[in-house]
Amino acid sequence: MMTDKEVQETMERINGTEEITGAEALLRCLIEEGVDTIFGYPGGAIMPVYDKLMDYDHKLKHILTRHEQGSAHAAQAYAMVTGKPGVCFSTSGPGATNLVTGIANAFLDSVPMILVTAQVVSGLIGTDAFQETDILGVSMPITKWNCQIKNAQDIPGVLAKAFYIATTGRPGPVLIDIAKDAQINKLQFRYEKCTYLRSYNPNVPVNMKAIESAAIMINHAQKPLILAGHGVLLARAENELLRFAEKTGIPVAVTLLGLSAFPSGHRQYAGFLGMHGNYAPNLLTNEADLIIAIGMRFADRVTGNLNDYAKKARVIHIEIDQAEINKNIQVDIEIHSDAKIALQNLTAMVRENSYESWIREFRILDNIEYDRVIKEETKPASGRMRMGEVVKLVSDMTNGDAIIVTDVGQNQMSAARYYRFSNPNSFVTSGGMGTMGFGLPAAIGAKIGAPDKEVIAFLGDGGFQMTIQELGTILQYKVPVKLVVLNNEFLGMVRQWQDMFFEKRYAATELVNPDFIGIAAAYGIPAKKITEREDLEESLKEMLEAEGPFILETFIEKEGNVLPMIEPGASVSQVTLNYKG
Amino acid sequence: MKQEFTISIFSENHIGILNQITIILTRRQVNIESLTASESAVKGVHLLTLVVEVTPDMVRKISRQIEKLVEVLKVFVHTSDQIIYQEIALFKVSAKSIMTGDILERMVKHYNARILVVSPEYIVIEKTGHKSEINELLEKLETYGVLQFARSGRVAITKQVKELTHYLKELDEASRKTPGEPVLN
Repeated sequence: MMTDKEVQETMERINGTEEITGAEALLRCLIEEGVDTIFGYPGGAIMPVYDKLMDYDHKLKHILTRHEQGSAHAAQAYAMVTGKPGVCFSTSGPGATNLVTGIANAFLDSVPMILVTAQVVSGLIGTDAFQETDILGVSMPITKWNCQIKNAQDIPGVLAKAFYIATTGRPGPVLIDIAKDAQINKLQFRYEKCTYLRSYNPNVPVNMKAIESAAIMINHAQKPLILAGHGVLLARAENELLRFAEKTGIPVAVTLLGLSAFPSGHRQYAGFLGMHGNYAPNLLTNEADLIIAIGMRFADRVTGNLNDYAKKARVIHIEIDQAEINKNIQVDIEIHSDAKIALQNLTAMVRENSYESWIREFRILDNIEYDRVIKEETKPASGRMRMGEVVKLVSDMTNGDAIIVTDVGQNQMSAARYYRFSNPNSFVTSGGMGTMGFGLPAAIGAKIGAPDKEVIAFLGDGGFQMTIQELGTILQYKVPVKLVVLNNEFLGMVRQWQDMFFEKRYAATELVNPDFIGIAAAYGIPAKKITEREDLEESLKEMLEAEGPFILETFIEKEGNVLPMIEPGASVSQVTLNYKG
Repeated sequence: MKQEFTISIFSENHIGILNQITIILTRRQVNIESLTASESAVKGVHLLTLVVEVTPDMVRKISRQIEKLVEVLKVFVHTSDQIIYQEIALFKVSAKSIMTGDILERMVKHYNARILVVSPEYIVIEKTGHKSEINELLEKLETYGVLQFARSGRVAITKQVKELTHYLKELDEASRKTPGEPVLN
């Protein structure tokens, strides 16, 4: 027998007129959008949401990180491996400001995220109340969109808009700030997904004339080169890229975030572009007569000195964000479009072709790079271990099948250079921002997003310590990530610049490190430290076979430099292969 | 070469839109020479008119960044010869000095200005026109002691035939198309 109250509640539910709190509405919005995982950290202003979360824990898994920055990076990595938006909760004031680095990082790398910050009760907004901060003002330049909610009934509409904006067009982080009273007050809940906004049009129609002109240009090119960026992965266009490349026979170079958009083992793979990229694609950018840039933004780390960049080439730019077209370099044909749609149309129009002698030019330079850099880095005869040899061995032992996460600096560049990626979305790194401390929380987010994949993070001893508290998250949720600490007792990349450009004056780059194995033990994480290269393979095997998390600390050459390098201000054709201090 | 551009921004009436726009300009060290904000002829659509002095390359970049803002409907960039524009200025001048002879009458006639208020202490003159004309009048009046001077931002109307409502219709149609539907344009 139902009580009167139960009968009334049932009737309300059937009639769609039930009243729920703003906090519950928020959670139901997330469920409607297919969210099942939230990364976050509670605090005073967001307590109503966390309280309600206890009733929804069968549908929404919450991962408590040890710092809000960690939750933002974890959510970003989760988004990068799943293709779903990453969701973060934080409280007002310091909780919200602690997200800032993570938001900026996701913004520069165009990753969809929904950041829910709590705000003090609406009556107190603007009074400098306890833990009040103007997070809308703070986050405005680093979000795709942000909005504050003061009335509970606005929650469904704003959340629907937030998901639509974050995930369409060029994706990005969206921040929603919800006053505490809006979480507590009741509303009649009805959810409708947002599919249209008058002022925002992510479904750009393809300009078929531009596609036609591009096809003609491609068909006539002698030395064409494809530059593939993150936009290919964001558009889930890796198959379209493969088909386009195979039909035209054009070599494919990738940006840092474009890694894994094209298989590293493919015969048309031309390598990784940019400051520490491969020799051939950098040098031959300046020999190409046609550049086909797809979902990339000609960032300074890719182009080097713009005055001497791709001067022999005409440029076709396929890009969803019109503000990126003609921003850094002038293009000949702009195709303002989603990469997938543009490539589908373009592939239909180009003729089958091959560029054997052009591809041979890449192979010749590849051999030079191998002899002068790669051989010594991956098979050194003596001295402490090298980052390259560790990454190369991990790559071989996992057949390029793992998801690789990195921190920032030499560890990142070595991972990008020496891991051979077989699967799309298998490289998680901080590109535009270069955020140290990204690696460890990102590894956690990646593993939670892709539990069936091996997730391996390469961390420097500096970056590891920036977010080392997230070992607590691994402990609490038993996240089986594999962390390879490449310990050179230096902030390696800055030290490399000091070596090369500051007369070896090692200002504030030498690190006195704690006993990482002891720290791992305190968190109950199996760990091992190795100093000799003969132990490397055996230890990696042990790490990969471990069922739970594992930390492998490797002793790396203290003053090793990542080469080749396009020195700051230099052209892509002025690549430094050898550097002896 | 830097030159003067008038940027007309049509946007939804969303809190913070002006802040979002100024962030784009500030980050690139672009100064706003003048600014006006009001509701446009279309209900619910706001018009912001900015005057900036930048290179043509910079104005193209910033206008694309502004148009990228979620709440912005459309951005137009014009040079001064492509628009009809006016500014309004109010001058408060000491009555005693200017009321001698026919100075005031001549000046008002010559500059096509208007007297708004006359009191024993001061006179308020209104002048609508281009910045240079207003500056000229200001210079003339300064000899008689300008007690207060206030000038509005620029209001502008374009010479182009295609009106905002057409663009709104186009945006609406484009948004409702499925992605990938080819459009010959």
